[in-house]
Amino acid sequence: MKDQITHGLENSVTSTPSKISATQVNVHYGDAHAIKDVNVEIAPNTVTAFIGPSGCGKSTFLRCLNRMNDTIDICRVTGNILLDGEDIYDRKVDPVQLRAKVGMVFQKPNPFPKSIYDNIAYGPRIHGLFKTKADLDTIVENALRRAAIWDEVKDRLDAPGTGLSGGQQQRICIARAIATAPDVLLMDEPCSALDPIATAQVEELIDELRENYSVVIVTHSMQQAARVSQKTAFFHLGNLVEYDDTTKIFTNPRDPRTESYITGRIG
Amino acid sequence: MTQTSAKQSLFAVTYHTKRRNASERRFRRYGQAAIGIGLLMLLTLAYTIVSKGTGAFQQTFVTLNIELLESKLDKKGNRDLEEMKKVSTFGYAPLIATAFENLAAEREIKTKIKAKEMAQIISKSAPSQLRDRVLDNPALIGQTVEFTLLANSWIDGYLKGRVTRENAQNNKNISVQQLDFVDELVALGVVEKRFNIGFITGADASDQRPEDAGIGVAMIGSLSMMIVVLLLSLPIGVAASIYLEEFAPKNWITDVIEVNIANLAAVPSIVFGILGLAIFINTMHFPQSAPLVGGLVLTLMTLPTIIISTRAALKAVPPSIRSAALGLGASQMQSVFHHVLPLAAPGILTGTIIGLAQALGETAPLLLIGMIGYIATNMPETVTDALLAPNSVMPAQIYEWAKRADPAFYERAWGGIIILLVFLITMNTLAVVLRRRFERRW
Amino acid sequence: MSNLAILLGIAIIATASYVLGRYKVAGTSQTLHSLPRYYGLFALICAVVPPIVLFLAWLGIAPFFTSGPISAQITPAMIPEGGSASLVMADIQRLANGVMQATRAGLIDFSALGDTTNLDVLGETLAAAGLIFGTKIDPAVFALTQDYIVRYEIGHDVMTLLLLGATILGALWGLYQIRPSFWARNAVERVLRLVLMLAAGLAILTTVGIVFSMLFETVNFLRLHAWQDFFFGLNWAPNFHGDSELAILPLLWGTLYISAVALAVAVPIGIFAAIYLSEYATKSLRSIAKPLLEVLAGIPTIVYGLFALVVFGPFLKDWFGDGGFLGVNWMSDARSVATAGIVMGIMLIPFVSSLSDDIINAVPQSLRDGSYGLGATQSETIKRVVLPAALPGIVGAILLAASRAIGETMIVVLGAGAIARFTANPLEALTTITTRIVSQLTGDGDFNSPETLVAFALGLSLFVITLGLNIIALMIVRKYREQYE
Repeated sequence: MKDQITHGLENSVTSTPSKISATQVNVHYGDAHAIKDVNVEIAPNTVTAFIGPSGCGKSTFLRCLNRMNDTIDICRVTGNILLDGEDIYDRKVDPVQLRAKVGMVFQKPNPFPKSIYDNIAYGPRIHGLFKTKADLDTIVENALRRAAIWDEVKDRLDAPGTGLSGGQQQRICIARAIATAPDVLLMDEPCSALDPIATAQVEELIDELRENYSVVIVTHSMQQAARVSQKTAFFHLGNLVEYDDTTKIFTNPRDPRTESYITGRIG
Repeated sequence: MTQTSAKQSLFAVTYHTKRRNASERRFRRYGQAAIGIGLLMLLTLAYTIVSKGTGAFQQTFVTLNIELLESKLDKKGNRDLEEMKKVSTFGYAPLIATAFENLAAEREIKTKIKAKEMAQIISKSAPSQLRDRVLDNPALIGQTVEFTLLANSWIDGYLKGRVTRENAQNNKNISVQQLDFVDELVALGVVEKRFNIGFITGADASDQRPEDAGIGVAMIGSLSMMIVVLLLSLPIGVAASIYLEEFAPKNWITDVIEVNIANLAAVPSIVFGILGLAIFINTMHFPQSAPLVGGLVLTLMTLPTIIISTRAALKAVPPSIRSAALGLGASQMQSVFHHVLPLAAPGILTGTIIGLAQALGETAPLLLIGMIGYIATNMPETVTDALLAPNSVMPAQIYEWAKRADPAFYERAWGGIIILLVFLITMNTLAVVLRRRFERRW
Repeated sequence: MSNLAILLGIAIIATASYVLGRYKVAGTSQTLHSLPRYYGLFALICAVVPPIVLFLAWLGIAPFFTSGPISAQITPAMIPEGGSASLVMADIQRLANGVMQATRAGLIDFSALGDTTNLDVLGETLAAAGLIFGTKIDPAVFALTQDYIVRYEIGHDVMTLLLLGATILGALWGLYQIRPSFWARNAVERVLRLVLMLAAGLAILTTVGIVFSMLFETVNFLRLHAWQDFFFGLNWAPNFHGDSELAILPLLWGTLYISAVALAVAVPIGIFAAIYLSEYATKSLRSIAKPLLEVLAGIPTIVYGLFALVVFGPFLKDWFGDGGFLGVNWMSDARSVATAGIVMGIMLIPFVSSLSDDIINAVPQSLRDGSYGLGATQSETIKRVVLPAALPGIVGAILLAASRAIGETMIVVLGAGAIARFTANPLEALTTITTRIVSQLTGDGDFNSPETLVAFALGLSLFVITLGLNIIALMIVRKYREQYE
């Protein structure tokens, strides 16, 4: 089985250098072994989908990529995760700086109880990314445009972000993440709390974002993975079972477990 | 869009990040300091209470052989009690002075002070102590009897380090010569510090005799009051909570009651005292200073606390229990009394104990209904007396001592606080144990 | 019949009706609607409720028959100097109780007492039985006392008959109602439910009692004293020769100043402690530090008062007083605004921290994650996301602490001093509304003088202020909770 994974990886590495490269990653929650020897290479300007049944560790692994797991006391991460060739778990790395480069969007839209403008300006403000108010206005506008929500909110930037619809809120959260000028965007089931129309909007946005960012998306829905991603990784019980081009995974999976999952026999 | 951070290595921590991290550390230190200050204050209070209060449990006693002269106490010699009662405490005082004189002569103590000054080191309560003993047992007259008498509070303070030779020089209550004399007596073992049970069992004494004051009677006052509070507030509180939580229709009346209870819980305690004075004493003519009235006032004060915690305990019982009982054909009343209430009992008890502990420490409202420190001089003898006879409570007694502005009384106030806290700690520990023991997670 | 005997009689009838009620349905072969004990309980309730209602009614009516006519007969000549008619009435009642008690004990025979009775001898007899009257018994008062006793005894006899009669009638009616098809359980439960409702209604009654008792005496006060002086005067100078100046403003100033000092201590410490405990502290530290901090709120206020008076006040004076370590002479008395305020602040720390802690914990974790995900540090997340989100709740907590500070009594009684004035120096003594209430009501002034009655006006003002704060605070906290539920 291991051979198969390595084989798959080699295939993906040949074309472009990796944005993120994770080797032998293990995660423990107290006594529970949540992630077991995971190796993944994430390519730039690609949407990578993590799929798998609930509790398989895909979200946990995602949270390792910007060290969000640091905020949980009992969580222990071992192995190597390199971002542009630099170990993000190195002692010299400040997780705060890392997270500016690796942004994150969450399952439930979580706009801060502030105005839309303040929500987007939050990241640039804490990271000190602007000199003048005009700079900040530009950053906010660009972020909102890239998140494809500028037209909907440009007239009410002072309104609270919590007053928007779920799909709009989630795009505000994406805009908020974009505003810190990240290289990588991590999305943890970004559409699971949205209705089908909002989901379509966000999926479209994710596809556009690929132009500027590496996007890693955790999703419950195989259709979504098939629609938006170029690469797909299948997790099962903490193991990375298979990682390959999305088309390959969905048409010709190598591992029987992947096949069972895709055809709906486990999950 | 600025892309400055994108080009930078992760390993290079920027100046901006350093500043942010410094502010993070500062912020965290503020938090630690806040916790530290809080805990330090607690420690300071605990240290103050223990260091200043333990002295009250020890008292200086003088052991004296006193000759109970027949010529002074019973001139006619016929041991007629009525006759003997006519000899007041003034008649007994000289006996003590004589006893000191004899002691000094016998043990060859060199001192310039006169017998009367020697006797001043004894508490002013000593003559009446002698008199009571003699009237109890007239056969003692004519004999030389060994008495253990309380020393004056100044002498007690001297042995405890509260009174020094320097401040004795300009103190009209005590002279340096007397302190020298006491030193000699201490060496002889005539004067010594001992455990003072009288402090725990006794009654308050006049402001001239701090050495004789005790908190025992006030303790009984507190106790009888607590019983009244428990017997009234627990059933009423539980009944009110059951109604509000299980039966009350959701309408504006229920809303008013709920807001009302939340507000009553935050009304200053002294307001309840004013209520008690106006309603129970002025309108209903209940006796002043009675623990029963204090109990009524504190019941009204404690009820909101009990209702709030009881409702929380009832709320914690899952609805499935109620449905199960109703499904078996129990009435709503039966489901509450047979199933919900027993399951909520530990929570209710915990809340009640905490409410009672609060009431036990309350002072201000009780002052207004006359439960002041010096008001009772004897232990109540019957249950009716305990409830209706004027009495005080521990916190009011402590307040009375604090008001007297005398270091000897301050010591007793701190000692009283130790006793009060022993009660409170016991009650709260009981509440915690109950909660731990019976806590149920649904 | 003594009260105990009446009670016993009612108890016997009630028990009998319980047994009979059960017995009446026990023998039948018909199916019972309820368990037998409910039939018994129904009969018992029928027996007990009428005398209780009757007794409560009697308590309301009796004064019109007994003490009412008597107090109408009290002439000004009977009222001693400095006393009042109500005091004389209280004396009459006390004397009457003494005489009746002595009669029951067989010491005297009330029926043999007449106009010719030697009142000195009577006083001595009563005194020997432990019923001591401070003053000599006035013959006119004694005549009224005799009248009172007669009326009281007649009333008591009528009442005894009525109570027992009502009990028996009630029991009979209840027993008559009982038959196997009778819905006994429902009837019992209806009564029980009424009892529960009355218990809940007691809360309302308490509030009404508080408001009315204070309102009544406040009106009395304002009849005796100019309201302009009370509300807008600038001096507090009670004296017992009349023409006192009794203004609330200087007391309000002291109250607010000391409360402000207390909040200045408690709010920053409390909020930072809450933040540290909820966001930074490890589980074990939290489980130790939180209950320890809460101990501060469980310590009786008298302890803080004594601490302020004996330890903290002198400590401040050692620094700021004459010949202190700082070489300044800013403090003349150990009791001051700072003494009481800072010590009160310590007491309030857990009030602020506990409630803030709850409120900070109620801020959803997703908001924190959102902030961390953008690369915010923990403190930035707290300052910019958590605290703004929790602000309404924290304001509510602070308002509750403020209401607590304004109503606090023992700490200011012992630590703040007794001087009413407008001073801005925190090292000088000031006085507060609560201290004045205590001193006016525990002094030995005449109850119906403005100097005493002013305490009720002060109490009402205090109640209104704290009630306002509480209502606003509770509303804010409630709204806040709903937002995140």
